[in-house]
Amino acid sequence: MRVLPHVGSFGPASPEEILRPARPWFVLLSLLIGLLANLAPVSGVAMTWRPDFLALVLLYWCIQEPRYVGVGTAWVVGLLMDVGDATVFGQHALAYAVLAYGAEYFRRRVLRFPLWQQAVQVAGLLVLCALIVLLVRFVGGAPPPGWRYLVSPLVGALLWPLVSVLLQTPQRPSRSGSRR
Amino acid sequence: MRPITVDPPAFFNRGPSPLARLAFFGILSLALLFADTRYRYLENVRQTVAIALYPLQRALEMPGAAFAYVSGYFGANRRMADENATLRQELVARAPATQGYVREQDENARLRALLDVRTQFAPTAIAVQVLYAGRDPFTQKVFVDKGTSAGVQAGAGVIDENGVVGQVTRVFPYMSEVTLLTDRDQAVPVQVERSGARSVLFGNGTGRSPELRFTSPSADLRVGDRLVTSGLDGTYPPGLAVAQIVDVVRDSGQMFARIFCKPLAGIDHSEFLLVLSQSAALPARPEEPGDVDALKKGGRARGRRG
Repeated sequence: MRVLPHVGSFGPASPEEILRPARPWFVLLSLLIGLLANLAPVSGVAMTWRPDFLALVLLYWCIQEPRYVGVGTAWVVGLLMDVGDATVFGQHALAYAVLAYGAEYFRRRVLRFPLWQQAVQVAGLLVLCALIVLLVRFVGGAPPPGWRYLVSPLVGALLWPLVSVLLQTPQRPSRSGSRR
Repeated sequence: MRPITVDPPAFFNRGPSPLARLAFFGILSLALLFADTRYRYLENVRQTVAIALYPLQRALEMPGAAFAYVSGYFGANRRMADENATLRQELVARAPATQGYVREQDENARLRALLDVRTQFAPTAIAVQVLYAGRDPFTQKVFVDKGTSAGVQAGAGVIDENGVVGQVTRVFPYMSEVTLLTDRDQAVPVQVERSGARSVLFGNGTGRSPELRFTSPSADLRVGDRLVTSGLDGTYPPGLAVAQIVDVVRDSGQMFARIFCKPLAGIDHSEFLLVLSQSAALPARPEEPGDVDALKKGGRARGRRG
């Protein structure tokens, strides 16, 4: 049982509504959908603008359900992402492990704020994750990509409120059930 | 009375702290990165998991392909009629060249036999279709729809109807990865068509022109020269169009001239490609004079042979 964070004009009427617990199968399903969304083939302009969906979902679950998703789970998920993508093995694993650690470190602070302010704080973590991915490629000898590379994590931060509300929907108590 | 201890016992004991876990997984990631870049132990693991992921990847690209098919179906009638007319004209215009080609080929074969030159191989080619481009913004790769099951080998050259596109770098059972020649440090041995000078064309990464590196400023190269493959490395058969020189920068202060080229093939937007088989095995490389001297002096023999 947890208290719903204040979502501003979104969501339920009373901020003190109590959430149902998150189901493990739903956590796994959302991570799988995030992985698939990351692996979907796109080209051209979409490649600059597409955020790291898996990092977003992972960050959400690390902040909300640290018992289910922690540094170890994030590392394994990063390995899966590496296999699906044509990059060096261990690149995303390292980045997601650091992301999960940052989420656990900052989760109490992040949860106090309304959703749009959460997005600003989460942007920092997502940019850090993207920079670690970039750093590993630098060590492997890649040319610097320029400022366009930062568009992707910032778009992810903009999507944070939407992702938060979507992933929390199964935990909201149903309207008809609240009378019991 | 004993004082109350300051630290109460931990109520929720969840194993190692997050920082300890991060340190462990961080070190493990660095070890994996090292192993993957140096020893390629994990290539087999990737192959196996890639096989499992293959149906998933084909399923993922189906919506895009379906959308393209539907939109193409509805808009294409007039465009196809125009294209048909243009292609027919082109076919007629090329007829003399096509008919003369067979005759020239026979004559060429006879002349070469007369001169006892080893006959050029006729590479077998596998027609493939591009599935999608690579997701990494740092590299230029495309994925094509045939793999080891169709006989594609790693290292084979890939061309389209206008020229050389790249080289196959990884093969999976039903898919292959082709690195384009514009990828950073991808090299194609070329020969200038006009003067016959040989050089190597290096890719320069995303958005930059490939260039001929290490050419002396006095080399006879002009803007507009066509570069074709020289066939020296055994990967690409000789004579395939590669690129055209667009800019020659000769700075008297620099040791080398900068020569920028534009690839002639449709690197980014070709849909149908041809994978060429490897050429016939080249004879072993002869001994270098330095190696022979080192052996005579009793020094360590160099390991490079063949």
